[in-house]
Amino acid sequence: MTAPGTALRSPALRARLRGYALFAAVALLLLVVAPLALPAFRLDELAKYLCFAIAALGIGLAWGQGGMLTLGQGVFFGLGGYAMAMYFKLHDADGDLPDFMVWSGVEKLPALWKPFESPVVAIAAVVAVPVAVAAVLGALVFRQRVRGAYFAILTQALAAAFVILLVGRQGLTGGTNGLTNFYDVFGRDPEAESTQRTMYFVTAAVLGVLYLAARQLVKSRFGRLLVAVRDGEDRVRFLGYNPATVKTVTFAISAGMAGLAGALFVPVVGIISPSLLGVVPSLELVVAVAVGGRYALAGAVLGAVVMNYAKTEFSEQWAGGWLYLQGALFILVMTLAPKGAVGLYEQVKDAVARRRTPERPVPAQSVQGEAA
Amino acid sequence: MSENEGALLEIRGLEVVFDGFRAIDGVDLTVGQGELRFLIGPNGAGKTTLIDVVTGLTRPAAGTVRFAGTELTGRREHRIVRLGIGRTFQTSVVFEELTVVENLDLAAGFRRPLPALLRQRRGVSGTVAEALDVIGLGDLADRPAGVLSHGQRQWLEIGMLIAQRPRLLLLDEPVAGMSGGERERTGELLTRIAADHTVVVVEHDMEFLRRYASQVTVLHEGKVLVEGDVAAVQADPRVQEVYLGRSREDVR
Amino acid sequence: MDSLLNQVPIGLSIGAVLLLVALGLTFTFGQMGVVNMAHGEFIMAGGYTAYMLQDWAGSQAVLAALPVAFAVAGALGWVLERLAIRHFYGRPLDTLLLTWGVSLVLQQAARDLFGAPNVQVVAPGWLTGRIEVLGGALPYARLFIMALAVACVAGIWLYLSRSRPGRRMRAVMQNRQLAEVSGVATARVDQLTFFIGSGLAGVAGVALTLIGPVGPSIGTYYIVDAFLVVVAGGLGQLRGAVIAAVALGMLNSYAEFWTDASLAKVIVFAVVIGFLQVRPQGMFVLRSRALT
Repeated sequence: MTAPGTALRSPALRARLRGYALFAAVALLLLVVAPLALPAFRLDELAKYLCFAIAALGIGLAWGQGGMLTLGQGVFFGLGGYAMAMYFKLHDADGDLPDFMVWSGVEKLPALWKPFESPVVAIAAVVAVPVAVAAVLGALVFRQRVRGAYFAILTQALAAAFVILLVGRQGLTGGTNGLTNFYDVFGRDPEAESTQRTMYFVTAAVLGVLYLAARQLVKSRFGRLLVAVRDGEDRVRFLGYNPATVKTVTFAISAGMAGLAGALFVPVVGIISPSLLGVVPSLELVVAVAVGGRYALAGAVLGAVVMNYAKTEFSEQWAGGWLYLQGALFILVMTLAPKGAVGLYEQVKDAVARRRTPERPVPAQSVQGEAA
Repeated sequence: MSENEGALLEIRGLEVVFDGFRAIDGVDLTVGQGELRFLIGPNGAGKTTLIDVVTGLTRPAAGTVRFAGTELTGRREHRIVRLGIGRTFQTSVVFEELTVVENLDLAAGFRRPLPALLRQRRGVSGTVAEALDVIGLGDLADRPAGVLSHGQRQWLEIGMLIAQRPRLLLLDEPVAGMSGGERERTGELLTRIAADHTVVVVEHDMEFLRRYASQVTVLHEGKVLVEGDVAAVQADPRVQEVYLGRSREDVR
Repeated sequence: MDSLLNQVPIGLSIGAVLLLVALGLTFTFGQMGVVNMAHGEFIMAGGYTAYMLQDWAGSQAVLAALPVAFAVAGALGWVLERLAIRHFYGRPLDTLLLTWGVSLVLQQAARDLFGAPNVQVVAPGWLTGRIEVLGGALPYARLFIMALAVACVAGIWLYLSRSRPGRRMRAVMQNRQLAEVSGVATARVDQLTFFIGSGLAGVAGVALTLIGPVGPSIGTYYIVDAFLVVVAGGLGQLRGAVIAAVALGMLNSYAEFWTDASLAKVIVFAVVIGFLQVRPQGMFVLRSRALT
């Protein structure tokens, strides 16, 4: 085709340009094409998937890059969501008690709710509370070198305990129903099409910014260190770093992302409840990341959107079928393509490239040859 | 470099017990500034355990380990590295997904402030370039470490050690499993490093020892058996007995 | 004071249930590093086995259901091991996700086979009474579960210490490579371990029918707590599992007694995290010569 310029010969630069082009294409798709092409309720659904994608991005960081399989992201999603919802409830109540508290016979606003009268505090808490919880938990377990499956199990236990706590504290949390029925989202009617549209753009923008930030983090020295911790935590200690700190920081960042996702979810979907953030939803997020491709941040985002879309579509048709499909898909992915869709794509690409230039020596061999 | 020409590493009365087994039983060892010291002994003599204690991997039951006047026992591994002690492992562990340069850059990096850590690496820093040059892996700088051969991995590990700029290097069997050519190159590497570093080498290989060692400490059953220059140690009947009594192979 | 003592049998009986559901996991996790999320569904399979046998032979079938459920759940586990898990050794996190996929499928299969609503297994007459213990009433069914837990532990202990396959199992658990080069067919041992571990889940499933209904999601209620027992008890440690199960059972019962059911789980979680601060040993094994 066209003769490439000298600069374009550098594979690193070409890869980078390709990355930018892809990002721009996706941004165009999300910010221009989707809003024009999709009916309002579909756009609202897409906004919901994008919320999950933000949480998935955090999982991609913690699990894909850092090797920490966190099965409790629902907790952080929930903390962010409840923080946001508490503000909306208080704002709607306008000095009175929120409706569900009246129904549960609560007479005085609990002290825990007080700070959330302020939108600033609530929005800060959306990120700060999940980050703080993750930082404390991370510091405690990583310092003691609790890792791998143990960490996964502990985060899962946290998710289970969190849901039981939410359900049991009816007067404080709305119990099983969670917090819902918001009438005023920052001065707008949450049901109005224009509000939903705005929320969609806000969510897409947050996802885009966080994606770029996460990508920058992955490419930074910290990101390289994180991969090193994932692949050889004990060795990293002998390079003078404390892996516990690296892991705690990353885990806290991923929790902050989940919190933000939860906070966006509340105005987008209009509810936050325990059934959205227990053991199963937390695992579903991880599954989505695995299907998309855990080692690539884009895979995490892609997986979250596609899997949640598929879930909606299938559940409308045949609810049981979705569970079979999800289970089967998952078994297949873990067995045949542990690197997910992105990994599969790269495999195919490599295979095609090798077929095109069969005479090219296999790199590993040439290196071995030099060593001998 | 404010220390006098005295001891850099001072071990006194060291005892390590594993489930009642005395792996190290009262070892005193002094390594002077700038020295190249070989630590030899039959299997189970406590060589690696000794290094493990110095680097914080194993807690001693008794005794002191002082490095440039600072007590090391009870400190965590990465703290000890930050004091200026680096080590390699018998089975080399490099980060296979990172490139050779990235491995070195990581090793050179623990002193970097946080903002530098959050930035992308641009180019190759002086420390890394130097280490890359010393280990001679310049051609493979941007290849993932996963494609390296066994010998190259060991050199990369040594390079990572140099990039850490430690004051004391501990090498655990650097030539184990290497081919003849690779041993030779490792030996040259060792000589070059020892010129301006304090180095302790744990080694099994007698031929390697004869060629590159000057000062040798022989450990046997958790105790120091003999200490001295290589010729004297080799001639010592106790050393011969320990080795011959166990395995002819080791002495060769 | 009386009510304080009341909690002891309650705690013991919770502990016995925890022990039964966790016992199999201790070995599949401890020996093979497999985090089997489908263990909960093997429990479910045991429960449904009891339900079907009762349908066929009446309420006295509970005793007969124990060995049958052991075989059914064990066979399920064996198939799972052969078909999928054996390709995943050394990748515990992947087994966790894989087996979760399996658990989803099994749950849905149960829904399609037996219907979504819970089904009830009627305990035989001789298990319906209750006995006064320490000022509280303890149902015979709970007593039976405690006895069953003790019997299972004793059985496992005898198996591990007295039988040849049991000794092989311990050898593989302690040092897989060494066992392999010593001529132990580790793949065979793995199959057997998975059969037994899963079979124990089936036994636990039968036991659970005595204190509650069986439903497609029964496994999900127990799996998290079961894994907490394993984590607190240490890998492949029969003793650890027993102590951890009883301790967590007691803790659960007292935490519920002093606060309420919703806070109890949080307290248990906090205590486990706290416990790991003092005793992370067993949680990790660090060997210096081969850093991983």
